[in-house]
Amino acid sequence: MHRRNTGRPEAALEALPPNLRDIFGKKKMMTPQTEDDVAQMVRDAQGPLRVRGGDTRGVMSEGDTLSTAGLSGMTLYEPGALTLVVRAGTPMTDVEAALAAENQRLAFEPLDHRVLLGTTGTPTIGGAVAVNAAGPRRIQVGACRDHLLGVRFVDGGGQIIKNGGRVMKNVTGYDLVKLLAGSHGTLGVLTEVSLKVLPQPERTATLTAHVADAGAAVALMSQALGSAFDVTGAAALQEDGGFRVFVRLEGFDASVRYRAGRLRDALRLDDGDDPWAELRDVAVLRHHAGVVRVSVRPSQAPQVLARLDDDVAVQMDWGGGLIWLGGDDATALLRAAQAVCADLGGHATGIKGDFASPRFQPEPAAVAAISAGLRAKFDPRGILNPGVMG
Amino acid sequence: MHMPAPDARIMDLKSQLAARLRQVMAADAVIDAEAETRAYECDGLSAYKCPPLLAVLPSSTREVADVLRICHDMGVPVVPRGAGTSLAGGAMPTADCVILGVARLNAVLEIDTADRLIRVQTGRTNLSVTGAVEADGFFYAPDPSSQLACAIAGNIAMNSGGAHCLKYGVTTNNLLGVTMVLMDGTVVELGGGHLDAAGLDLLGVVCGSEGQLGVVTEATLRILAKPEGARPVLIGFDSNAVAGACVSDIIKAGVLPVAIEFMDRPCIEACEAFAKAGYPDCEALLIVEVEGSDAEIDHQLGLISQIARRHNPVEIREAQDADQAARIWLGRKSAFGAMGQINDYMCLDGTIPVSELPRVLDHIRALSQEYGLDVANVFHAGDGNMHPLILYNANMPGQLETCEAMGAAILKLCVEVGGCLTGEHGVGIEKRDLMHVQFDPVDLTAQMAVKDVFDPRWLLNPAKVFPLDASAQHRAA
Repeated sequence: MHRRNTGRPEAALEALPPNLRDIFGKKKMMTPQTEDDVAQMVRDAQGPLRVRGGDTRGVMSEGDTLSTAGLSGMTLYEPGALTLVVRAGTPMTDVEAALAAENQRLAFEPLDHRVLLGTTGTPTIGGAVAVNAAGPRRIQVGACRDHLLGVRFVDGGGQIIKNGGRVMKNVTGYDLVKLLAGSHGTLGVLTEVSLKVLPQPERTATLTAHVADAGAAVALMSQALGSAFDVTGAAALQEDGGFRVFVRLEGFDASVRYRAGRLRDALRLDDGDDPWAELRDVAVLRHHAGVVRVSVRPSQAPQVLARLDDDVAVQMDWGGGLIWLGGDDATALLRAAQAVCADLGGHATGIKGDFASPRFQPEPAAVAAISAGLRAKFDPRGILNPGVMG
Repeated sequence: MHMPAPDARIMDLKSQLAARLRQVMAADAVIDAEAETRAYECDGLSAYKCPPLLAVLPSSTREVADVLRICHDMGVPVVPRGAGTSLAGGAMPTADCVILGVARLNAVLEIDTADRLIRVQTGRTNLSVTGAVEADGFFYAPDPSSQLACAIAGNIAMNSGGAHCLKYGVTTNNLLGVTMVLMDGTVVELGGGHLDAAGLDLLGVVCGSEGQLGVVTEATLRILAKPEGARPVLIGFDSNAVAGACVSDIIKAGVLPVAIEFMDRPCIEACEAFAKAGYPDCEALLIVEVEGSDAEIDHQLGLISQIARRHNPVEIREAQDADQAARIWLGRKSAFGAMGQINDYMCLDGTIPVSELPRVLDHIRALSQEYGLDVANVFHAGDGNMHPLILYNANMPGQLETCEAMGAAILKLCVEVGGCLTGEHGVGIEKRDLMHVQFDPVDLTAQMAVKDVFDPRWLLNPAKVFPLDASAQHRAA
């Protein structure tokens, strides 16, 4: 099953033949207000459900829409324990504002898809968990999954299940928390999540340099990341036939000044402006019809790029471990990137565009069988966002 | 603690099974003499012992796959074993099982400091992973107390933590990929040198699955550049509640120490008697360690001391150099040895929300009086992971049972205040029958569904983690 993702759900509707458009257009929109409501609606579902947070990623699947927007609000926030428990449909802006008031933040830096996809809507915390959001700070603090302490969700059979909890260290039973993070609503409808939060830094500094090519960019980022100076961002954008590399340091004022000085000298970098919000949101690729996200071993990034067309637009992040590609022909770009990953390891995922082939990299048969087995257990009727991870 | 009766059909297969296993691996890698299988009768939870039917020590992923395929064919349960240091009985055998030890799989396969990773076979010890990259200025962050002896295989199975995970996370946050053999002999690769999953995060659910989903033979681990330096400050308080409030204030102030260790009076006194570290005479003691350059450390220790002073500390001792740092850590690091000098002890591992610290410590003191057993508390305060040590005499009839009952009462308390049964040791057999305290049946069924997928016949480490009544139907399938 292949999904269009032009960034606008209504665009996908318009692309359908009139008879189908009619059918899809009449689908129900459900906005449960409680976890029990979610469970009831899932149990009562007669067909597929589009499980949605703020709908900012515009990913299409068929069926009635089940929105988590009604499940909003904070259950618990203990700044002294770095813990937040929040209902899944809570707008990200609400979460960020509450944390900012205590000088804290979500350290995994979830990207705002509205910039890249041109979507509207309100990003939710549940959505960030469902896609395992991870911004430039991934290389130092991890992705959403690394900050997710617990989940409550409704599985495909309408059962309310909890896993993990609200404490930092917890190995009690299997870690379904990781399994739910990044499952794109296909294993369950998230209703509440517990997260580890971290302090806001006193100061952020950006260092930068222009280098000749991708190889030099990755080498420079590796040097920075391999230093003792706690680099929290290492990204690169195309510039004048080469790349502009950005390195970020965060922390207490004096400490950042000290570390920036040491790195500036060691790697011959200049002070730069703060590009991190734009890098996080991949703003540089927003005008491209097709955008593909590639996750590889950092040192392989130059090889990946060498095997793609010269006119592909590129943003590298995670020291080269994350490559964003932009082009006109989404399907061709995705196929090329997935072919390279099949050879080199890693994987490529279609993020924006009309994709005529599966958006997710096919997995080896034995791994795919396990994933299929898990879906069959958690969603035996196959009604939760079917095909979204296909 | 109860284990299922051994299966007579399997016991009868012993010689046939040994012969088949010897066809696929070196003769000395199959251990079937009773005197020798006894070496595998228990792990770090030595209160429970049972020699296995057989033990095997494969030397490659291929041999692991052969062993599992044969056992799968013959319907023989397999208990994977790293270094056997589990405190939860994760590697405890049953009489009808094959112990699959990964001790011979101890090679370093690849070191890549540019990509900041190391690939090892999983029989390698935790500390020797750091040993392999130390000369390059790197280290492997998770540091369980048993790191000299414990194997990466066991670290992955239990999702092990350590003292420094407040900053660096636990095993799952530092694990990039595994080569894993399923019970039917299928070899799968999950993850690798890249940072996130292609589809569902199977690596995430494998880590911490206590050897029940597959046997992990190789692991790709994240390595980090060593900080320029690290030094602790020791702070004494005249009550547990004040020490707990100080921990919360340090965290709220935006300082992120690499470790915040907490010791209560019984623990301080025992350590003092044993190691003579020169700790102050007080009710509660914090050791807070920070990292960076000398100036960065001074700055952070200054901030921490400033916060501590608001709580009227009995004493503040900032380490000025490596020697003073070592003295501060001396008592803490000898805590378990000190307890062992006094008596047998049971080490618990529940986690609580940091804010509940004073209340929980008071409650533990009351339980100590109720059960008539002494308790010393030493734990990772920054993340709420407690390690109450209950002292008992194993030679006195009934004391082990009293100790276990008191341990269960403490763990129930941890769950009641919003925490969990185990923060880093795992469930194993030790906390298996308490799982219903933390989880509803539907929660346990969801977890067991994962095992149904990876190991449909429930042959891998079958009688662990889930209460036997809850798993009975799955195990019989």
